[in-house]
Amino acid sequence: MNPTDTSDPSYYHRVVDCQWACPAHTDVPEYIRLIAQGRYRDSYLLNRLSNVFPGVLGRVCDRPCEPACRRGRVEEKPVAICRLKRVAADLAGDIRPYLPVVPKQKNGKRIACIGAGCASLTVANDLLPLGYEVVIFEQFDKTGGLMRTNIPAFRLPETVLNDEIDMILEMGVDLRLGQRVDSIKALLDGSFDAVFVGTGAPRGKDLNLPGRNESERIHIGIEWLESVAFKHTQDIGSNVLIIGVGNTAMDCCRTSKRLGGSNVKVIARKPRGYFKASPWELEDAEEEQIEIVVNHSPKEFVVENERLIGMTFDQLNYDEDASGNLVSRVIGEKFLPCDDVILAIGQENSFEWIERDIGIEFDRWDVPIIDRQTYQSTYEGLFFGGDAAFGPENIIWAVEHGHQAAISIHNYCEGRDIKDRLPVGMNLASTKMSIHEWSFSNDFDPSQRREMRHVDLQKRFDELNIEVEMGFSSDQAAVEIERCLNCDIQTVFSEKLCIECDACIDVCPVQCLTITSNKEEDALRASLTIPAYDKEQLLFVSSDLPQTGRVMVKDENLCVHCSLCAERCPTGAWDMRKSTLLIPYALDEKDAWPRKAG
Amino acid sequence: MSFIKKPRIIHPESRPNSIGLSINDYEGAMSTLCAGCGHDSVSAGIMQAFFELDIAPHNVAKLSGIGCSSKTPTYFLRGAHGFNSVHGRMPSIATGANAANGELHYIGVSGDGDSLSIGLGQLCHAIRRNVNMLYVIENNGVYGLTKGQFSASADVGSTAKRGEANHLRPIDPILTAIDIGGSFVARGFSGDKDNLVPLIKAGIMHRGFALIDVISPCVTFNDHEGSTKSYLHTRQASHAAIYADYIPVRDEITAVLDKGANVVPLHDGGQVQFRQVDDKYDPTDRSKAAGYIRECQERSEIVTGLLYIDDDAPDLHMLSDTSETPLRDLEFKTLNPGAKALEEIQNAWS
Ligand SMILES: Cc1cc2nc3c(=O)[nH]c(=O)nc-3n(C[C@H](O)[C@H](O)[C@H](O)COP(=O)(O)OP(=O)(O)OC[C@H]3O[C@@H](n4cnc5c(N)ncnc54)[C@H](O)[C@@H]3O)c2cc1C
Ligand SMILES: Cc1ncc(C[n+]2csc(CCOP(=O)(O)OP(=O)(O)O)c2C)c(N)n1
Ligand code: SF4
Ligand code: SF4
Ligand code: SF4
Ligand SMILES: [Mg+2]
Repeated sequence: MNPTDTSDPSYYHRVVDCQWACPAHTDVPEYIRLIAQGRYRDSYLLNRLSNVFPGVLGRVCDRPCEPACRRGRVEEKPVAICRLKRVAADLAGDIRPYLPVVPKQKNGKRIACIGAGCASLTVANDLLPLGYEVVIFEQFDKTGGLMRTNIPAFRLPETVLNDEIDMILEMGVDLRLGQRVDSIKALLDGSFDAVFVGTGAPRGKDLNLPGRNESERIHIGIEWLESVAFKHTQDIGSNVLIIGVGNTAMDCCRTSKRLGGSNVKVIARKPRGYFKASPWELEDAEEEQIEIVVNHSPKEFVVENERLIGMTFDQLNYDEDASGNLVSRVIGEKFLPCDDVILAIGQENSFEWIERDIGIEFDRWDVPIIDRQTYQSTYEGLFFGGDAAFGPENIIWAVEHGHQAAISIHNYCEGRDIKDRLPVGMNLASTKMSIHEWSFSNDFDPSQRREMRHVDLQKRFDELNIEVEMGFSSDQAAVEIERCLNCDIQTVFSEKLCIECDACIDVCPVQCLTITSNKEEDALRASLTIPAYDKEQLLFVSSDLPQTGRVMVKDENLCVHCSLCAERCPTGAWDMRKSTLLIPYALDEKDAWPRKAG
Repeated sequence: MSFIKKPRIIHPESRPNSIGLSINDYEGAMSTLCAGCGHDSVSAGIMQAFFELDIAPHNVAKLSGIGCSSKTPTYFLRGAHGFNSVHGRMPSIATGANAANGELHYIGVSGDGDSLSIGLGQLCHAIRRNVNMLYVIENNGVYGLTKGQFSASADVGSTAKRGEANHLRPIDPILTAIDIGGSFVARGFSGDKDNLVPLIKAGIMHRGFALIDVISPCVTFNDHEGSTKSYLHTRQASHAAIYADYIPVRDEITAVLDKGANVVPLHDGGQVQFRQVDDKYDPTDRSKAAGYIRECQERSEIVTGLLYIDDDAPDLHMLSDTSETPLRDLEFKTLNPGAKALEEIQNAWS
């Protein structure tokens, strides 16, 4: 293999599994260390830089970082990254004095954002400090989008949401509540320099089966949650069927429990292991005694004397075909009685307010064509982000879209090529303090993941908005922090110094180092101390070593960043250096012009 | 010396050996040797060998004398028995222990100072008695522990760290052992585990005294230019005379080192397979082997590999007709037949 080019920022970035997996590339290990030092405010601000809503996300983030976390490969469970984020948010104190300053002198450019969800709010957050005037149009009387209307208050308290949204609004957003945009054309009349669409994917999917239109007691999940959030709906029958087993279904069933549903069943077409819901949401629902019925496919809504009395289902059995796909087979029919049905089978975009004759191209699924890098539509100066861009995802993706769209909008307004963006950079700094001392906690802590404390099962149903998760105690946080392996403290190798004594190889607790003759990737992977066949995990390959011409190979997969290789190396060929990913935001673009050559 | 303990993590891809132990179970305390010391690599090789041979640590006794090298048994096989003797006296302790209990696997770890200066007499007699053990000399040409004085293995002309040259002729443990009746004589290099680990395995399984002289550089006092025991010099000056591997009974039929490999059957049922680099070299011919090694020595070449083997030579117990059963397993009456029996024995010579 060719020697690894570690000057490419993506190499060390990928070693930080959590940061690589996070759509907004939150610097997880650094914020965890800041918590360890009691620097909660700094930890919060570091989070906010990339993810804008640390208090919200510390509770309800989809947390793609956790399945990626290296700790989950070294032992069973990943670091409770999300919970630690909440620790930082809960203890941050007043951070308003430390937010970017918004200049009094505006730059004379006006931006319209449609929808006051997290995507638009991020755009506002990034553009206001550059002197833009940002107008947000929101159809409802309240901001927050699905974070408010669909994520139940027992998962995300309103105070937390308000606080983080207010921080942005206070920067000087021109907020137009209760103003639905019914024509994009009207906004593109020249009164704005650019327009951002952050309207989400607001339409819940329906299920057109016999009986669908014969009862008022069949609800569409996201509409129903919204009407609960706005207190239009305050109760439900005692027997409730939820159709679908994704995260929306989890919120619907747990909300039903709190509104009077005593017998709530979630109906899944497929067996366990194929559910769309995140494992932790499923766990929380089951803790609340919600029954999950598997292998049932909806067939009919049964209405008698104009009253919904239940649903019939095909009972399925699954076989695997030759290529490992599940093939269903009907083995019977089943009637389940109920008073209400909630459909939680997906969401889609709805752009009936976008005219089709003004140059905005749509694809064959009737979704606007959006550039994945710039978030611009085929109409110049019209940008999309969040669920409106590529269909329903989650908050952290919406935030990342917002950041990228803000960069495009800024460059667009400055009359520059929006594809000419600052590259991601990387800093490396040694953490060596003295002979065997490092500026981070390198000692491996074998503790298991801490369990979240929950409000008592008896108490939590008393009111709709009692937050179930209580957050980590300080003792729990202290243990969980030490579980993080500091993946950003990189093992940096200088081949010129290596005398091939094998000390690092012998001491490595996860046998990830090998000195061997260089080969093609597959052969090399097979010849390692412990063969490494998972190509998702990188191999570091040095250039030829001075004494024998062999190469040093490191399988990054399980490295616990304990620094023992660097401690046992007699020549300092291994060093532990902290990598810091430098992610450009709209504000950075301001100082980067004119671009220097090279 | 590191301040943290080595994390105990079982690699999900690592397979336990046939007695259900992982390589981690063959570790010892964290080493306190200098970073990069060859001795730590030899320890790693020893762990790997015992792991691969499926030998449980509690069936092993580790013995040593004094020196950095002699400290190393603390750093491997935590669960084994051990004895750290006075300087140069480890061979006697090993001989006694082996006489009392021949069922354990004995591994002695010593240095060139411990074995070739103060302990040379001890070493020679253990070789002559063919005590069933593996004896590893971690040879760095200096007394590492006492700050780098030349040892008896230093080559003429090799310089110390401050520049002064050694003028005394070296004692070569390999030639000495072949000369006085050693039954398994090998040389390895700490920086080449691919060749070292098979030698250690074969040495453990050989019946009789197995001596492995391992060039094991002292990074602190003897790894400079001018030293003939440095990493670089050893790499440049050494070549393998022979590639050997130990093949246990269970693998015998399938695992073949090479087409045309030679085979020496061992008493445990396994075998040593080897392939010579030079066709003329025969590791079962004592005088030819000695001649070849001497020739190389004169050209300042370091030869490695399994240089001499005779698995048929009688060991300590056979030579002295002592109890095959460990003394601890004998009944008290047999062990101590009483005053009357003693009287009868004494009377037999009166
Ligand atoms: C039940 C449920 C639970 C969820 N749970 C989580 C979770 O735990 N974690 C997570 O990360 N994600 C979760 N999500 C997904 C997440 O809420 C969305 O991905 C995210 O809110 C998308 O943000 P957005 O800014 O793109 O759009 P939205 O949050 O949908 O905001 C769009 C806003 O635009 C407004 N709007 C729409 N059309 C117009 C118009 N024409 N004129 C004016 N205003 C308009 C809407 O009223 C709304 O306020 C959940 C989604 C659902 C449905
Ligand atoms: C009876 C006695 N004499 C001298 C010493 C001092 N001494 C300690 S270690 C050592 C030599 C060790 O050299 P070697 O066996 O080569 O070990 P190394 O440290 O090089 O591995 C000496 C002379 C001693 N401990 N005991
Ligand atoms: S161990 Fe820490 S730094 Fe590594 S992936 Fe997990 S959270 Fe991130
Ligand atoms: S410990 Fe240092 S000198 Fe020795 S092999 Fe490893 S990197 Fe090379
Ligand atoms: S002094 Fe030499 S022999 Fe002793 S531990 Fe250090 S490097 Fe090894
Ligand atoms: Mg020595």
